[in-house]
Amino acid sequence: MADDTGKFGVGALHLGNPNRRQIFQLGAGAAAGWTLSGHAFAQTERPTNPPDKPRGQVIAALSQEPTVFHPLMPGIEVDQGIWWQVFSPLWFIDPDGKFVPDLAREVPTIENGGLSADGLTWKIKLRSDVKWHDGTAFTAEDVKFSLELINNPDFRARSRVGHSLVKDIKVVAPDEIHWRMEAPYSPYMSILGSLTFIVPKHILEKVTDPNASPFHNAPVGTGPFRWGERVPGDHIQLNAHAGYHGKGPYVERVVFKYIPDLTVLYTQFRTGQVDYTGLQGILPNFVQEAKTLKGRKIFVSSTSSVEHIAPNLEFGALADRTVREALYLAINKQAIIDALNYGLPTQTESFVPQQAWSFQQGLPQHKYDPAKANTLLDAAGWVRGSGGVREKSGVKLEFTNSTTSGNAVREQTQQLLIQDWRAIGAAMRVNNMPAAVIWGDFWQQSKFNSVIVGVNFMLGSDPDVTPRFGSGAIPAKGGRGYNTYQYRNPEADRLLAEGAKQFDLAQRKTTYGNLQKLIRDDLAILPLFQGFIAEGVKEGLQGFRPNINMSINCWNIREWYWA
Amino acid sequence: MARYVANRLAQAIMLLVIVSAIGFAILHLAPGGPLSQFAASAQMTQEDLDRVTRQLGLDRSLPIQYLDWFGRMLRGDWGRSYRDGEPVLAVISSHLGATLELMATATIIAVLLGCWIGVLGALRRYSLFDSLATVGAMIALSIPTFWFGLVTIYVFSVKLGWLPAGNRQTVGDGSLLDLLHHLIAPALVLALVETAMWGRFMRSSMLEVINQDYIRTARAKGMPEWRILTVHALRNALLPMITVGGLQFPTLLGGALVAETVFTWPGMGRLFLDSIGYRDYPVVMGILMFSAIMVLIGSLLADILYAVVDPRIRVG
Repeated sequence: MADDTGKFGVGALHLGNPNRRQIFQLGAGAAAGWTLSGHAFAQTERPTNPPDKPRGQVIAALSQEPTVFHPLMPGIEVDQGIWWQVFSPLWFIDPDGKFVPDLAREVPTIENGGLSADGLTWKIKLRSDVKWHDGTAFTAEDVKFSLELINNPDFRARSRVGHSLVKDIKVVAPDEIHWRMEAPYSPYMSILGSLTFIVPKHILEKVTDPNASPFHNAPVGTGPFRWGERVPGDHIQLNAHAGYHGKGPYVERVVFKYIPDLTVLYTQFRTGQVDYTGLQGILPNFVQEAKTLKGRKIFVSSTSSVEHIAPNLEFGALADRTVREALYLAINKQAIIDALNYGLPTQTESFVPQQAWSFQQGLPQHKYDPAKANTLLDAAGWVRGSGGVREKSGVKLEFTNSTTSGNAVREQTQQLLIQDWRAIGAAMRVNNMPAAVIWGDFWQQSKFNSVIVGVNFMLGSDPDVTPRFGSGAIPAKGGRGYNTYQYRNPEADRLLAEGAKQFDLAQRKTTYGNLQKLIRDDLAILPLFQGFIAEGVKEGLQGFRPNINMSINCWNIREWYWA
Repeated sequence: MARYVANRLAQAIMLLVIVSAIGFAILHLAPGGPLSQFAASAQMTQEDLDRVTRQLGLDRSLPIQYLDWFGRMLRGDWGRSYRDGEPVLAVISSHLGATLELMATATIIAVLLGCWIGVLGALRRYSLFDSLATVGAMIALSIPTFWFGLVTIYVFSVKLGWLPAGNRQTVGDGSLLDLLHHLIAPALVLALVETAMWGRFMRSSMLEVINQDYIRTARAKGMPEWRILTVHALRNALLPMITVGGLQFPTLLGGALVAETVFTWPGMGRLFLDSIGYRDYPVVMGILMFSAIMVLIGSLLADILYAVVDPRIRVG
């Protein structure tokens, strides 16, 4: 919930172990023991009296330029800002974590027969009143085409996780489609709901190259806004789609302005040139001042991203769990949160956001205790050598730490870490690199010692982290995921395999709760805090609802309107 | 003259080949790649990244990639942007207009203002005006464009509210007045350094000319001072400025890169920065080649013009 200042107090959001009533309220999916649980999060300014027809425009400022408009191709968060306006998924995940039908008439569950008990057969009933922006009727053929396109070897699909298991797709009626899964995979519900948009068969089946066609720069969807114009490097204009099948849109057009510099972006928000500051939002150092601006409202909300220190678990002293525990104890986390991040983020111990149904309460809480850290290292035989740096069996307690150069807050964090760790006899050196460098092979092939990074571990709202922590997902060892930490634990593998084929919410919560305990005990990552974003909205603009289950908070511009 | 031009053209083509090879090698050998932006994404696994790498042909050896790119470029196919899939030439041309608009305005301001300051400074050497112009030029050359841009925004947009804080135009308003309103601040910021340079070059050139014997002779013959200045001095002093003008393109482009970032101006400079950040190899190479061609054309035109104006060059 938003408090008076527009800040979302995480403390008020803790659901913890949901009681029976809460689980019961999770909607149709929950009745099947399936759907994600709800959390009273960010229910701010829901439209109550929107205009009868679209009125006015919204200028939304983004610090990155959206460039990928085919929603099934590789793109980044900012591209999703466009996809959510132009396209529709089968269902989406609302801020409470519930699946809400969009192109589908209902979310498939075991109860309603949309899902077989073994999770292998999916039967989706679709809306029959949906039209593409060019007036063509949307049908099950479009869904079939979209799923097949993702698996087309010639198509540069973003990801085939989950989709590759889909077999025997059958269109049984214009408004119904069935398929079989090669193996049960419960996270697929979330993948379909948050990351898979349906594209038009009648346009894309005619293109010769699925990776480059006029559609890529003038997309046609079923979403609330039609493609208007794009001025590269400047803005993208989308116009209200009068025949939209859902609620809204309530504004005539939305203009996404590309303003790469965050200071300039904030200045333009301050001078009133933009109505909303999107992705990356307002820099923390401006937040206090922004809250005093007249005619502006500032929302600070949590994100799914977890800022953490990523140790390379196969590098030198960092391979020793005792060392990682000592390092964790020696971090003055509160100073990082308060002094460097203006007290805006929330301390965390898990890779799961605290608003998620799968978040595990009661994990061991971090305590800043350098004395205990020293005792631990002494007891483990890490002896201080020359220069005060500890060593054991010829291995020195020294390593580098890397992050994106130019990220001032992370660079300042590194300075604090150097001081904190020097006090316990650990030597850290900074080795920063530009984004395009650090997140290439250096990160993917585990060439780092340690890294400060913010990662959204969730698949939409699903806590399946097989690609992050599964032992078969280490790229440096030929794995298929992005377990760059090189974390290996047979018990974690077992839990991950179990969770991915469970369809009962309570069971899944237990499984992923145990996994969180395991990852915390192993200190596979050293969590610092849960990510946050400060966004500004002009007074009078209604309907802004941050959604922790989405990568971008302007997911629902269809609900926005000017009061 | 024809042989001179042919020689210069042959040199220019050789230079372009060298620039392309070095640029391609540096760009591709730099760590990171176009897919690194997806590494932190919860959507793409290493398997996906490997598949897309193969589909883009980035798993081939560097010489093969270069030869493939170079061959296609010779046939007029400059490739497609990795970011939005558009042909590189279309991407460049969509940003070119904004940059040319900014550069042309800044150049006009810089040439007129710079030449005036330079001439006046030379004629009134060591006067208060000359001293102020000299100090001013030093300051202008020392101020980082980025900082000056931010100060301009702070003063004229945030505090005074006279000028927009950025962008090329107001969305939905394509009027010339709106365009000019948005153009003032970035053009002045970009023109600052240029004006100082033109002023300093013009002052030196003018000083050299007005101390020549033929000026003294003209004065001795009783020619009016305005005629000496405009017909004899200024005309000859402007000669070396042709070279200065021809070589200004890289400096201007560098300045535009910064000004466009500060003022969110959708031009080539910002495109270049973005493309490097994303490791969008085809676009970066396209801009590199385009800039090199422009610099060479500028330099060639300056040389030819100089040769036309000053017959001694042709003979030499």
